[in-house]
Amino acid sequence: MSMLEVKDLSVSYGDLHILRDVSFSVEPGQWLMIIGPNGAGKTTILNSISRGVPYTGTIVYQGRDIRRWKPRELALNIGLLSQNNSMGYAFTVEEIVRLGRYAHSASVLSGDKDGREEAIDRAIALTGLEGLRNQSSLTLSGGELQRTFLAQLFAQDPRLLMLDEPTNHLDLVYQKQVFNLIREWLTENGRAVVSVVHDLSLARAYGTHALLLSKGRTVAEGPVSEVTAPKLLNEVYSMDVYSWMREMYSQWTDEDSST
Amino acid sequence: MAQIPHKRKEGLYVLEYLAFLAVTPAVFFLCVCVGSVKVPLGDTVRLILDAIRGSDISGIKFASIIVSVRIPRVLSAALVGASLSLCGAGMQGLLKNPLADGSTLGVSSAASLGAVIAIAFGITVPFLPFAGTMIMAILFAFLGLLIILSLAYKLDSSLSTNTIILIGVIFSMFVSSITSLVITFASDKIKHITFWTMGSLQGNNYTHVLILCGALVIFGGVILLHARELNAFAVGEDNARNIGVNVRRVRLTILICVSALIGVCVSIGGTIAFVGLVTPHMTRIIVGPNHKKLLPVSVFAGAIFLMLSDLAARILLNPLELPIGVVTSMIGSVVFIYIFITGRRKGK
Repeated sequence: MSMLEVKDLSVSYGDLHILRDVSFSVEPGQWLMIIGPNGAGKTTILNSISRGVPYTGTIVYQGRDIRRWKPRELALNIGLLSQNNSMGYAFTVEEIVRLGRYAHSASVLSGDKDGREEAIDRAIALTGLEGLRNQSSLTLSGGELQRTFLAQLFAQDPRLLMLDEPTNHLDLVYQKQVFNLIREWLTENGRAVVSVVHDLSLARAYGTHALLLSKGRTVAEGPVSEVTAPKLLNEVYSMDVYSWMREMYSQWTDEDSST
Repeated sequence: MAQIPHKRKEGLYVLEYLAFLAVTPAVFFLCVCVGSVKVPLGDTVRLILDAIRGSDISGIKFASIIVSVRIPRVLSAALVGASLSLCGAGMQGLLKNPLADGSTLGVSSAASLGAVIAIAFGITVPFLPFAGTMIMAILFAFLGLLIILSLAYKLDSSLSTNTIILIGVIFSMFVSSITSLVITFASDKIKHITFWTMGSLQGNNYTHVLILCGALVIFGGVILLHARELNAFAVGEDNARNIGVNVRRVRLTILICVSALIGVCVSIGGTIAFVGLVTPHMTRIIVGPNHKKLLPVSVFAGAIFLMLSDLAARILLNPLELPIGVVTSMIGSVVFIYIFITGRRKGK
């Protein structure tokens, strides 16, 4: 039994088909990178799994259709970092991170006694937000806000992390830190990651598997090295992806680094 | 980015709470004592204590003014203010929109229409004199909310401030025109039109107070128990879903409670605009947006605000009495413009 099994997933808005019969599965220990050009339907897959959009087909988590999971149960198992998080009110960083523990406490009266404070502290420390803990979220930069919601996700502590463009707004230091952090997180038993990325280098460096989409359909699924083979990428992106990547990296020569 | 010191006084939460607890009865006594006839504070306190003890107060000076007129009126003002303020805070959290309120969304107008139709067409419940009007007001408030939100979702799924306000204004005007029409045809049965457009707490008695109190305890209690969920909605509905909030159930629960509270308030006090907009906004400035603090403090702030507004309505042009909605609308419109301008400056 797979941890997550998606079968014939289709999403449409009226006559517009966003996804058509997409199928894939995720096993524990895997980091599945969903890649493809703009408008391929990558984010919609994550939104379907988190029940944010109506879909047809089946999505089964731990052998049970996700439609049959209670919201709180599902949040203990699957967590999503969205691409766009805009703030309307001046919640502090800590208040936002604290919301990540919602699913762990049964009600407003019972509270979450099992390590809530430790989980919050750890999540804030992992994302380097200690200094911003009591700061209003309205004054944060895009990267700081992204890290705040990532901390919320760590406080939520699900088994399956879904990340939609996790490096959005992050500078290089935090890109590296966040990806290494997630790779380390993944080493614990029974965990898996599904993330949407545009940066194919990051996909190849950190992903174990990949799902290549184009115009809402699956082009390839499997180990990341196979899915990112030149022929497939060139076909989907309509350009010579490997040459472009080499050209980009040729800008960073050893002579430059020694000066 | 340089760290900006956090301005909110989280540490003063207990003190703030105690301050509201202390100020509310102080304002209550002020409003009971002051009016066209001024009653000394000592006499007022003595009268209230005697009345509570069950002593005979019929012969005491000011007894009928204080016990039969002022106290039920001021208590009604406090309870209506608390309820409307709580509704405003709840809606503003649920919709992630600081301008959402019963009056800006047109829910109060819809409740008015329900009440007016009930009176005009004689819809009553046997043995319960208020029930027909009240149930119709609640029903219309809920239907109004559903219509407004469905329209808003259809036009703009992000429920932006502009969309909500625009639809609220149009809906409010539409519903108010029907209310005026019904009043025109049934003017012999229905109170003066200003009651339904500007509100009034004149003539309220202890039955009104009991009904308001019951509604606030039941429906307000449910809203207060959803503070964490409202925090999640105020961060964003998608975020609420992702952390495990049952967004459909919570949304429906809050909308039902808000409709019920607004319906009860409107059927007893008419349409008193902007209370739900002004007080949660002021409260948010003091205690921040966390609904665990915002909701309970809004209850006290709303009670204080409406008691003082009612006092102003009674004494500003004494012996003439202003409709209470004139006072709240004057203050509310200024605050509304302030929030709208500051919101736009923030790029919202």
